[in-house]
Amino acid sequence: MSSIPQERVVEIRPMAPLSLDLWIVQIRSIFRIELKRSLIGKRAILTWLLALMPVAIALGMALFPPSARRLADPDARTTAWALLFELLVLRAVIFFGCAWSFLNLFRGEIVDRSLHYSLLAAVRREVLVVGKYLAGVVAATLIYVPTVLLSIALTYLPMKAGDAWTALTTGGGFKAALLYLLVTFLACVGYGAVYMAMGLFFRNPVFPALLVYGWEFINFLLPPILKKLSIVHYLQSLAPVRVSEGPIAIIAEPTAWWISVPTLLILSAVLVGLSGWRLRHYEIRYGSD
Amino acid sequence: MSATDDRIVFDDVSKFYGEILGVNRVTLHVTPGITSLVGPNGSGKTTIMNLMTGLLRASRGRISVLGVSPDEPEALFRLIGYCAQFDSFPPGMTGFEFVASFLGMYGFARRDAVRLAEVAIERVGLTEAMHRKAAGYSKGMRQRIRLAQSIAHRPRVLILDEPLNGLDPIARSEAIALFRSFAAEGLHLIISSHILHEVDMMSDRVVLLNNGYVVAEGGVRGMRDEMSEHPMQVLVRCDQPASLAARLFEKGLVVEAGTHDDGRGLLIQTKDADRFFSAIGEVAVAAGIQLESIAPVDDDLTAVYQYLIGSGGGAS
Repeated sequence: MSSIPQERVVEIRPMAPLSLDLWIVQIRSIFRIELKRSLIGKRAILTWLLALMPVAIALGMALFPPSARRLADPDARTTAWALLFELLVLRAVIFFGCAWSFLNLFRGEIVDRSLHYSLLAAVRREVLVVGKYLAGVVAATLIYVPTVLLSIALTYLPMKAGDAWTALTTGGGFKAALLYLLVTFLACVGYGAVYMAMGLFFRNPVFPALLVYGWEFINFLLPPILKKLSIVHYLQSLAPVRVSEGPIAIIAEPTAWWISVPTLLILSAVLVGLSGWRLRHYEIRYGSD
Repeated sequence: MSATDDRIVFDDVSKFYGEILGVNRVTLHVTPGITSLVGPNGSGKTTIMNLMTGLLRASRGRISVLGVSPDEPEALFRLIGYCAQFDSFPPGMTGFEFVASFLGMYGFARRDAVRLAEVAIERVGLTEAMHRKAAGYSKGMRQRIRLAQSIAHRPRVLILDEPLNGLDPIARSEAIALFRSFAAEGLHLIISSHILHEVDMMSDRVVLLNNGYVVAEGGVRGMRDEMSEHPMQVLVRCDQPASLAARLFEKGLVVEAGTHDDGRGLLIQTKDADRFFSAIGEVAVAAGIQLESIAPVDDDLTAVYQYLIGSGGGAS
């Protein structure tokens, strides 16, 4: 080990003064580290596998279409895709994918016993929460948006090129596709905030996560007022195609987009704020965690 | 700069884990130099370090590190580097990435972070291995890369929890030399170690802890002098030990004396070391006894530790 005074070796500019600019620099740095982990780290494997599920199913439907008659019917394709999106993409892939990724943003580091490195850096803990959350949202979006796009493309693949193009352009297909992407993004934003907060507030977040899943799952049975206490209600309200939820479902009017979108964003912001508060008061006691 | 701006202050600090005591009513004023925390397992050493760095919150009392509260991590960790005992790393990172990426979180530009990381890694002698995965390092290398991470941003306070663990003898002596050079640069070093003779060798001050309480604090010699209930032991090498012993008893300078095994020395116990050291020369000259050497044998940390804490628990 060398005892050469560091000052003789390199000249380094002093750290930026404490300010909003510094926070932005720090968020960028945290974002880069976390984004890499969320996209190509070991923990990302499960997320990628989940993301491949709808693609595989859409591919299967493309290769082995149910019937020749339905092959050419754009409405049947649209309905099939809407079902696939709501039942699989939204309620399973994004839900569980976000649960896995966002719970692990902090809980994973607690389990690895490496969270203290982040807490020992000269960064406000709230800034750490924001940086990690943004990285999680961007990573999830980068994984699930291509999944949705690819699945839509595969759904329309068996149609003749001209019919598919007509369906997309004259039947509002492009607008619908954009809405699905918006719903995908907002699902990552909303579920991400819920699960990041759970990872910080609960020592074992699996049971609370299952409770949330149960609540979201039985949403179709809830009276209209209670439906509004779930994320999936606002996401469904934004979806371009209403999917039948069965004979026992309690039907409620979809919430207007100008309420749904801000509600999801405000809810997420509140949860990120709560996560920041929680981390600010968090104590490193790995033994008891 | 106020007086507290250059000190680490614990003012009547207590920490309880539920009903379990972590530390109780700790009051410390730590000045620059090397301060070692010594005590058996569960005595509160790591708790004090974690309180100092905000990884734990005090149940009671006030802590200030060079005038900054542990509740302000943004300002605090510009001053502090903490090499904790947790032997774990963020998954998938090389040693270099581990040091450089966290520097980015401080707000250093990428180029500066890279240079600071390289210098810190060079200082701990890991340059050749810095692009290998940290998780694959040996225990000693992991210890060194953590040390590099804690010094990379050039802190004024270095907190090192068992920093010599896992190092081979050469690396240990290099690490101690490095710590001494940090202290010479005016840094505060707070070190916990269970190797008492190494603590004794490198520390300017020692804080002895037991069951969450500070048992003693200060320089080892000063601590030993204040332990009047334990007479100091001194080995006197001379040509006539028996005669010297008789004269020392006559003058009331010793409470116990015995001839050393080799017959050429006298092992005495005195309750007034200052009076003993100033008088023994005269006594020897008057009796025509030739003194070869006079050396205290229990004014080191090991003896202080045994007297105050006992050897049962063992330091850790």
